Amino acid sequence: MPKDHGIGASSKRREDKRFLTGKGRYTDDINLPGQAHAWFVRSQVAHGRLTGVDTSAAEAMPGVLRVFTGADFEGVGGLPCGWLVTDRFGQPMQEPGHPVLARGKVRHVGDPVAVVVAETAEQARDAAEAVEVEIDELPAVLDMKAALDPDAPLVHDELKNNLCYDWGFVEENRAAVDAAFETAAHVTTLDLVNQRLVPNAMEPRVALGDFNPATEDSTLYTTSQNPHVIRLLMGAFVLGIPEHKLRVIAPDVGGGFGSKIFHYAEEAFCTFAAKQLKRPVKWTCTRSEAFISDAHGRDHVTRIELALDAEGHFQALRTETHANMGAYLSTFAPSIPTWLHGTLMAGNYKTPLIYVNVKAVFTNTVPVDAYRGAGRPEATYQLERVIDKAAREMGIDPVEIRRRNFITEFPYATPVAVEYDTGDYNATLDKLLEIADVAGFEARLADSKSRGMLRGLGLNCYIEACGIAPSQLVGQLGARAGLYESATVRVNATGGLVVMTGSHSHGQGHETTFAQVVADMIGIGEDMVEIVHGDTANTPMGMGTYGSRSLAVGGSAMVRATNKIIAKAKKIAAHLMEAAPEDIELKDGRFSVAGTDKSVAWGDVTLAAYVPHNYPLEDIEPGLEETAFYDPNNFTYPAGVYACEVEVDPDTGKVTVCSFAAADDFGNIVNPMIVSGQVHGGIAQGVGQALLEAASYDDYGQLLSGSYMDYAMPRADDVPFYRVDHSCATPCTHNPLGVKGCGEAGAIGSPPAVVNAVVDALQRAGHTGVTHIDMPLTPSRVWAAMQG
Amino acid sequence: MYAFEIDRPTTLDAAVTALGQEEAQALGGGQTLIPALKQRLASPARLVSLTGIDELKGICVADDGALCIGAATSHATVAAEAAATYPALADLAAHIGDPAVRNRGTIGGSLANNDPSACYPAAVLASGATIRTNTREIAADDYFEGMFATALEEGEIITEIRFPVPEQAAYVKFAQPASRFALVGVFIARFGDGVRVAVTGASEDGVFRWTEAEAALSDDFRPEAVAGLSVDPEGMIGDLHGSPEYRAHLIRVLTGRAVAAA
Repeated sequence: MPKDHGIGASSKRREDKRFLTGKGRYTDDINLPGQAHAWFVRSQVAHGRLTGVDTSAAEAMPGVLRVFTGADFEGVGGLPCGWLVTDRFGQPMQEPGHPVLARGKVRHVGDPVAVVVAETAEQARDAAEAVEVEIDELPAVLDMKAALDPDAPLVHDELKNNLCYDWGFVEENRAAVDAAFETAAHVTTLDLVNQRLVPNAMEPRVALGDFNPATEDSTLYTTSQNPHVIRLLMGAFVLGIPEHKLRVIAPDVGGGFGSKIFHYAEEAFCTFAAKQLKRPVKWTCTRSEAFISDAHGRDHVTRIELALDAEGHFQALRTETHANMGAYLSTFAPSIPTWLHGTLMAGNYKTPLIYVNVKAVFTNTVPVDAYRGAGRPEATYQLERVIDKAAREMGIDPVEIRRRNFITEFPYATPVAVEYDTGDYNATLDKLLEIADVAGFEARLADSKSRGMLRGLGLNCYIEACGIAPSQLVGQLGARAGLYESATVRVNATGGLVVMTGSHSHGQGHETTFAQVVADMIGIGEDMVEIVHGDTANTPMGMGTYGSRSLAVGGSAMVRATNKIIAKAKKIAAHLMEAAPEDIELKDGRFSVAGTDKSVAWGDVTLAAYVPHNYPLEDIEPGLEETAFYDPNNFTYPAGVYACEVEVDPDTGKVTVCSFAAADDFGNIVNPMIVSGQVHGGIAQGVGQALLEAASYDDYGQLLSGSYMDYAMPRADDVPFYRVDHSCATPCTHNPLGVKGCGEAGAIGSPPAVVNAVVDALQRAGHTGVTHIDMPLTPSRVWAAMQG
Repeated sequence: MYAFEIDRPTTLDAAVTALGQEEAQALGGGQTLIPALKQRLASPARLVSLTGIDELKGICVADDGALCIGAATSHATVAAEAAATYPALADLAAHIGDPAVRNRGTIGGSLANNDPSACYPAAVLASGATIRTNTREIAADDYFEGMFATALEEGEIITEIRFPVPEQAAYVKFAQPASRFALVGVFIARFGDGVRVAVTGASEDGVFRWTEAEAALSDDFRPEAVAGLSVDPEGMIGDLHGSPEYRAHLIRVLTGRAVAAA
């Protein structure tokens, strides 16, 4: 019987009532008295020397309050990078400055050069066109390999070259890996591109800065996944505002997918300008502007090699990846191709020797940072593609070669420095074969053939690492932040609770699932629990939401705080019933004394806490409010197996996704409906990457796919109805809920399944020379591949 | 959007007068021009809206059987009201853009703009339609003059499009994945005196007739008749979504499919 409330119930998302009825309160919905509007003047060229910015004509235009340029930020810090990667020679990465507004040079199309602040947004935009920007154009650095040529122009003149770092992992394994390749029975090599993507959250970014001259308090309303992180980075590193004088509010946020983790120039600008002008300053990004100012994702070029013995057992794995950083280091950019990518290269397999090399490169393009999956999709894609290719070369069934190499004993320490706590990959694979009806494929293939269509089946496994932790370890790896999470549970006198969490919901449904957990622990109705997030003034210092961490890390903090509440409440209950605290049991919202018929209700205890007339004041304080911080001792490791069936039109190359099945192990599940929804959305994004999406630059660094006329987002008719299953659960062994995280799995696991399926379809049709097609598998690319 | 004046005439005469003003620009359903204005890519001083003129709206069948469509008729109206008379044309209209586009966009606006990837030009050219304006009649073969270029004079307003109704017809569109405009679209119309084949989306010169296929299909109206033909990729559009070779290939494939569907 499915549960109807608490942990395990598909409770309806309470936040949807406001979202679906237009009652959400997004940053752009907030308007402050006296608010002025900012419009950014952005570079229209990819690379050039900034020789002059003449603002005089703009300043004379109607409604203009002030025009800011890079010179106004002389005494202000640059945007900080949150992760220092050490290269394979033990040297720190090259870390260029990142000014709020460009100084000296412009480095990508969209690089902000000046900002007009005016009474209205239209006036600001009109005046922005009158700002005269003089740029001596320089050759644009675009291709990553060409960027490393000794004669290549420098993106940053102060650096010795365009290489951010050359990272080896694990460097000490390199010789052993190379030796294994020398003696391997079979080596499969694959060159591939994991193309650049534009995140495209439904809500474009917005920043609204406010300053109170009387109190000297600054407030920033912003579209962020982590308001505390923005407060710390912007306050401490950019503007020099102590945290107690700076409040950051991220209200309802319409999707992030990673792109709203980072601290952006526009946030710092609006906060800074509000103080300068003593008026609120608002900036609302247009969709066109988002394409050239939101951090992009992926953009890896990789050669992967897999060494196998004669039976198809993986002996060694070696990769060389060029990872695009873009023009500047976005907040967590250096960590994505390294610690969130190299550590995943073992996948679900017991490959004994692995060496990962990553060269991170500066180019004259929009900065690249985390995007749903962040490093893990790149790892999964190359690994699962090379395994498929190896299976085909060796004549081994793609299911069998994976089974033959599965990790089956846990905990398992990989050769790339992580320890998987638990999993059962065979069980998940069996479940996938069942829900995808792999046994029925031949019949469907025959049906496709009868209609003149090519059909293919692709499948792959994935492993991901969620809830990046622990802080001590990531600190050693170069993180400049802690990676714990926090929660305060405040019980009101009449028994209702408010949970203030450091996690941030921007579509995930925390207000529902977090309430389910707390209500379940106490045995009260979910409607008695309110979840508050997104405001540094009323939530404890937390790290926000990304990397599928909210329930595993934030939920664990909440469980700890709730356990403290229950422990204290039991003391109060014991006092009320004149019993010993250790004899008190809590069930269904009632405290009882074990072995007796004595009981008091939850509400009696909470009232006593705030009206302490009959209360053990000598032992405990009044009130019922507790805070907890939780720093995990390991990542969590969700894993799964995905299958995709496609039809390819042999005449046009058009790929149709006929079916998609996903069997995931997310550990324990709090709300199955929300988890399924997360998987659905993730697969849609993965299918989008596999078939449709690509951020493409021309030779001059202009973004060709700079609008939805050329950037193809997945639409409802591009994806099938999904078959998802998350019943194969091996609970996480090291967090109190046994949960693993589910937000990114769909986007990580799905691209290789689609590409494997298309290659399978072409191979079955006799196109045996087609062993790989780079994403997106557009009709023209698939057709070209069939032409040989 | 820059500031502009707007006139909303209710008669054709008033519209002609309004368009005679300095820097005046006709506005149909606005599905191309309004986005361009919003992006500040166009800055007309004055817009003259043609959608309030009743005499430019509606569909009727002339005495000779031709289907006459008022220039300010929306795609949705064509989809609904031309279905009985000219199903292939109605089907084309039913698959332009999305419901919002179809309810605002007009056939006259589409033809005056002559986007190289638009659907209507293929139907007009393949049907051998006549474009009526406030001053004259223009045969389809004389009307389209390349990408975004037409035979229309300054201030000339399309009033009606008159489609001879073919015995058999079909339009097959292969969608550009992002915009879903035609990457290639082929309209085939079979009349008693021969077959006309018009191709949109593919050529750097805009919509064109594939005369080789017309000759082959006039002799033998079966998909196999074009199977051995090929289109020269020279002059075809090459972009993110397809090479000239791919578009040339699609023209043949879609022509065969259109014949099968007709």
